[in-house]
Amino acid sequence: MSAPELELRDVRGPSALGGGWRRSWDLLFLIAVNDFKRSYLGTALGYVWSLARPLLLFAVLLVVFTEAFNLGERVQSYPVLLLFNIVLFGFFQESTSAAVGSILGQESVVRKTQFPRAVIPLAVVLTALFNLGANLVVVVVFLLVSGVGPFATWLLFPLLLVPYAVLTIAVSLILPALNSRYRDTGILWTVAATALFYATPVLYPLEIVSEKLQHILALNPLAPFFVLARKWVIDPSAPTPAEAAGGAVWLLIPAGLFVLTCVFGVWVFNREAPRMAEEL
Amino acid sequence: MIFTSAMPVAAHERPVVIEVRDVAKTFRVPEHRVDSLKERAVHPFRRTTFREQHVLQGVSFDVRRGEFFGIVGRNGSGKSTLLKIMASIYRADRGRIRMAGRLAPFIELGVGFNMEMTSRENVVLNGVMMGLGRREAQRRLDAVLDFAELAEFSDLKLKNYSSGMLVRLAFAVMVEADADIMLVDEVLAVGDASFAQKCLDVFHEKRRAGRTLVLVTHDMASVEELCDRAMLIHDGEVLHCGAPADTALRYFRVNFDAPADPAAPDPTGGVMDVNVDVVDAWLEDAQGERVRNVEQQTPIRLQIALRARRDLDAPVIGIHVVDALGSTVFGFNRRLTLGPGEEDRVPEGGRFRVGGTIENPLVPGRYFVHCYVARSRQQGDYALQRLRLLDFVVFGIDKGPGAITVDADVQAVLESGDPVRHREAS
Repeated sequence: MSAPELELRDVRGPSALGGGWRRSWDLLFLIAVNDFKRSYLGTALGYVWSLARPLLLFAVLLVVFTEAFNLGERVQSYPVLLLFNIVLFGFFQESTSAAVGSILGQESVVRKTQFPRAVIPLAVVLTALFNLGANLVVVVVFLLVSGVGPFATWLLFPLLLVPYAVLTIAVSLILPALNSRYRDTGILWTVAATALFYATPVLYPLEIVSEKLQHILALNPLAPFFVLARKWVIDPSAPTPAEAAGGAVWLLIPAGLFVLTCVFGVWVFNREAPRMAEEL
Repeated sequence: MIFTSAMPVAAHERPVVIEVRDVAKTFRVPEHRVDSLKERAVHPFRRTTFREQHVLQGVSFDVRRGEFFGIVGRNGSGKSTLLKIMASIYRADRGRIRMAGRLAPFIELGVGFNMEMTSRENVVLNGVMMGLGRREAQRRLDAVLDFAELAEFSDLKLKNYSSGMLVRLAFAVMVEADADIMLVDEVLAVGDASFAQKCLDVFHEKRRAGRTLVLVTHDMASVEELCDRAMLIHDGEVLHCGAPADTALRYFRVNFDAPADPAAPDPTGGVMDVNVDVVDAWLEDAQGERVRNVEQQTPIRLQIALRARRDLDAPVIGIHVVDALGSTVFGFNRRLTLGPGEEDRVPEGGRFRVGGTIENPLVPGRYFVHCYVARSRQQGDYALQRLRLLDFVVFGIDKGPGAITVDADVQAVLESGDPVRHREAS
């Protein structure tokens, strides 16, 4: 009995997503589920702990911004908006800051197996997405208790989440790719992420800052997501991203930055992926 | 035509499953590594200079289905890099590699585990990584844990495993992946004896199943036991590819046949006794070049230069060859060879030389040359001190029993068997 003839196939070396989509997806899903299970089932208070961080941050900021800056009176449903924004921005922050060192952290896998490199940061984002889902449950409870909504536009929220996640993925690809070459990317990113936190309308709605600053802040590709999310989820009377930016034309800049970030992310990760094992 | 296991296809007729053509890999090692943005910002115009390290330079070979192929070489010869390129961990700079079938790598004693996960999670993840579906990987879990004898520890995080347990688990994953091609780097060197035996058993079983194995190792014994063919890599190039015994011999040659390093400390430095100073002592090859090691069955060419510290009247020089355990394997004594009219004495400060060619029956191993000089045979003087002259390695592949190999004209023949009864019995 002769074994079936196997066809010789080229071995092309490591890549961002080698070995087929199916395999990459399986790996991605397994890693993210394992991570998620570990943080939620590993300890008795797993879920509570994962909520503790955004909730504590929320409590501190709420006191500061309502007491010191009086935002509570100037902005409609400010506490809910603050919690919602913190959870939403938390997804971006958690993903990107974990993604920076993710390839280095998985050294043993990268050095020993033909592992599709992109799966590692993507799994980080997916795990953060699971966390976001869990945190949003609390946000919804909080919204209903505070008497905000439900609005029909809540159903639109996933449409917003898709491009927001895409942007997060793009940044989460850029950072580990740079980090494999320049090891202080992680340190710089903690500073940059903090700056971004304040430059994005998380703590404040755009309309309360001066008009000039408003236009500048609206250039931030993250800003339109927060403006739109507020309008759809918290306050239907809030300005649209176009209004906040001072005209639809101004939205072309964050849109351009969005596309640029995505293209750069895919390009730089693909370029670095084959050499990542050597740089470790 | 129908092939059965009892009638295997001749090796050279089987299809090629690994085809490596002209593969080259160069690592650029920065002289001054810029690995931070800060350094880049502080010295923006400093060109990083690189030392190019040619790890592989044009390696080509084929492996056929069912073949066990060994890759041997010294540390840093490029053999592990080659395996990593084959396993798609590194990318080759040049050349082409083609393979047929599913691949299971076992590299740096692991298959890429995440220490924070349990073995259960790792095993499933690895199965998927090697190309199994998620369900399939789940199904293989028990087999893997059984093989690794770790079923009771399946929910323990790997960081709590001992190194032996990790290797066992990794090897089990590789074995149970049931891949067509296994790429294995140095597995037999670790673990206890029973694990090494288990590995060997598995390899024999895989051979019967017609799997292909590429084994990278230092251990010539396992190459000779397991492999059908072996390739020697030296400085990134293929020095030899052929029968394992041949390759093993050449491996020993590149390891031990290096000329004596002139910068190395003089092995005889400071050796003296009351009778003589050892000026120099060395081994040389047939061309007169100094060597540190000698191939099995190749004559030992020994040279010793001595200087008398006092008048030596009819001196006797004894040479002993001692093995690693300290037993003298053989030895001989020499007196001065005198020309006509020469006196059998060496005045104080006089130099003399002991040298020549010695038959080499030694089995591979490490040996020492000791020397004894007695001042005066007439006065019944004995050598006062043993001089350790040098040590050397005899390399080769014919270990054999005992301390020396000898030519033996001995045959085994059938004496008075009854051929008729013998035939009936079979």
